[in-house]
Amino acid sequence: MASRDDILATLRRNAPSPVAAPALTGLGVAFADPLAELARSVAAVGGAFVRVPDTASADAAVAALPVAASARKVVSLVAGVGRSSLELAAVGDPHELDDLDLAILPGRLAVAENAAVWVDGSALHHRAVFVIADHLVLVVRARDVVSHLHEAYDRLAGRPPGYGLFISGPSKTADIEQVLVVGAQGARTCTVIVIG
Amino acid sequence: MAQGHPEAAARFVADEARTRWHDQAVWWIRQKRDTAAAAVPDWEALRTTAAQIKRHTLSRLADYLEDFERRATAHGARVHWARDAAEHNAIVHGILAARGVTRLVKSKSMLTEECKLNPYLEARGVEVVDTDLGERIVQLAGEPPSHIVMPAIHRRKEEIGELFQIHLRTRPGAADPTYLTEAARQHLRGKFLAAGAGLTGVNFAVAETGAIVVCTNEGNADMGTSLPPIHIACMGIEKIIPRERDLGVFLRLLARSATGQPVTTYTTHFLGPRAAGELHIVIVDNGRAEILGREALRASLACIRCGACMNTCPVYRRSGGHSYGYTVPGPIGSVLAPQHDPERHASLPFASTLCGSCADVCPVRIDLHHQLLELRQALVRERLVPWRKRFTIRFAATLLRSPVVYRVVGWLARRLLPMLPRRLLYARWNAWGRQRELPPLPRRSFAAEYRRRSHGEP
Repeated sequence: MASRDDILATLRRNAPSPVAAPALTGLGVAFADPLAELARSVAAVGGAFVRVPDTASADAAVAALPVAASARKVVSLVAGVGRSSLELAAVGDPHELDDLDLAILPGRLAVAENAAVWVDGSALHHRAVFVIADHLVLVVRARDVVSHLHEAYDRLAGRPPGYGLFISGPSKTADIEQVLVVGAQGARTCTVIVIG
Repeated sequence: MAQGHPEAAARFVADEARTRWHDQAVWWIRQKRDTAAAAVPDWEALRTTAAQIKRHTLSRLADYLEDFERRATAHGARVHWARDAAEHNAIVHGILAARGVTRLVKSKSMLTEECKLNPYLEARGVEVVDTDLGERIVQLAGEPPSHIVMPAIHRRKEEIGELFQIHLRTRPGAADPTYLTEAARQHLRGKFLAAGAGLTGVNFAVAETGAIVVCTNEGNADMGTSLPPIHIACMGIEKIIPRERDLGVFLRLLARSATGQPVTTYTTHFLGPRAAGELHIVIVDNGRAEILGREALRASLACIRCGACMNTCPVYRRSGGHSYGYTVPGPIGSVLAPQHDPERHASLPFASTLCGSCADVCPVRIDLHHQLLELRQALVRERLVPWRKRFTIRFAATLLRSPVVYRVVGWLARRLLPMLPRRLLYARWNAWGRQRELPPLPRRSFAAEYRRRSHGEP
């Protein structure tokens, strides 16, 4: 631990005089219609947006997805939306998920300004599921749509500590001559379904 | 002294068509950033807040690092500390060797580039695969990244097609980005499935929670950390932020500044290892703690590596990232590199017009052009700048400091220069005149002309 103590001692020796942390108030702009903004931003990041009144129509929306007809290996972690072809909790090794066609996952909240949907890790069983599936559906309640990231982190503050992530649209890259290509390493499509 | 920026840049600009293409490609990203920033009404307030958070954090960095270590450890991570690149590389190799891992997948980490981790591991029998598409391209080409966000921005799609034809067996002559990206996806999926460990960089480390946050668009960090059981995350000491809520500020700035996106596709908050897995966090100093002690330069530690200063820099756009000869190119690289190795990188602070555009777009308001000027002065004082440049600077200083000398030299120049033969006037000493014509000399000095006109003469 000599290095640790060395680094910390140098940092303390070189530290500038104390500077107060800013208050994070007044940041972010609340949208008059966050759902309309979310629909716009999901499309802007290459995703698809669907709004439905209830769980049954969310299920119908999943069935209507182009991938639904051909998907053989499906995982749904949202009760009543889509049908799992395998029990995720029974999968021992995430490598077995390589040919996963479709994953339907619950979003704790969605952010209107950037289409980011928060997915709790505790629900996933395997962290690979959201990125290894060829197609991804994220299901969010309308009351869980917030305007901006500051509001999102305020809401997330009470959650039990653990792994989690924001997903904003399908996997993408523009590393070859700045041409946007969707479906780089992870999901080729990302559909956000808002219920309510 | 190692070869400097002017020599390397001269090679790049020799290909005029490529220089123009590169300039426009990079400028296009700057424009996307502008559009994204303009769509956020509180953009300037966000930048100010981000700068304040970083200043606060730097004023008690040691405390926050200890907080972070304690909480990350409590959630099951193993935290390692490395004074320098050699120690960092040895730690990473030690983790892999102890578990018999011979295949490593990496997502983008400029720190491991800085530490030259790949060759270190390869020499010890570990297959290292960079999995960010741009990084994979430059890895296959056997060259370093030329940009920190878009590592292969200097490569034409036809060149990438040729590279993939050799290494990934794509169709000869194929240059369609969609086709090439799909080929890379298939190729890399195999690497992910075969890997024994995944290594990532760290965008933010949250002191309050012990979480590390990694941002990617491709999902390669998520793939590389969720299939193999071992995750190694390497971070510089400056990646710390105090509170989780601070992420709201930085994440709103980062992707918009980098590529004009509202946020990256995947923003993963890692807290603890995955089930039956291991999470190792390597905290690296490698000269950063010394930068903290330099008052005029410590703000460079606030950098969140968005690349906006590169995209806007007229010198970067026209000389390419490789001309800087350092892991991080562009204005921020020109501030960091000479602090890392002043002798080797002495030319970099001069690879700037000091136009200040970098500071204007910086999401954390680093006063980059002031820092470049500060470094120029230090390098001249330490005599690390070529004598010709030092002589010119001293000559100019003498000239501009004394009104009498200024007037006399001006008078002489107006009379003598027009009489000099071109061969002498545009000889080797006149670096400015290599690509330019000197302007025609006026008959009178500005002061004389001003006096004349003030007296109403035409």
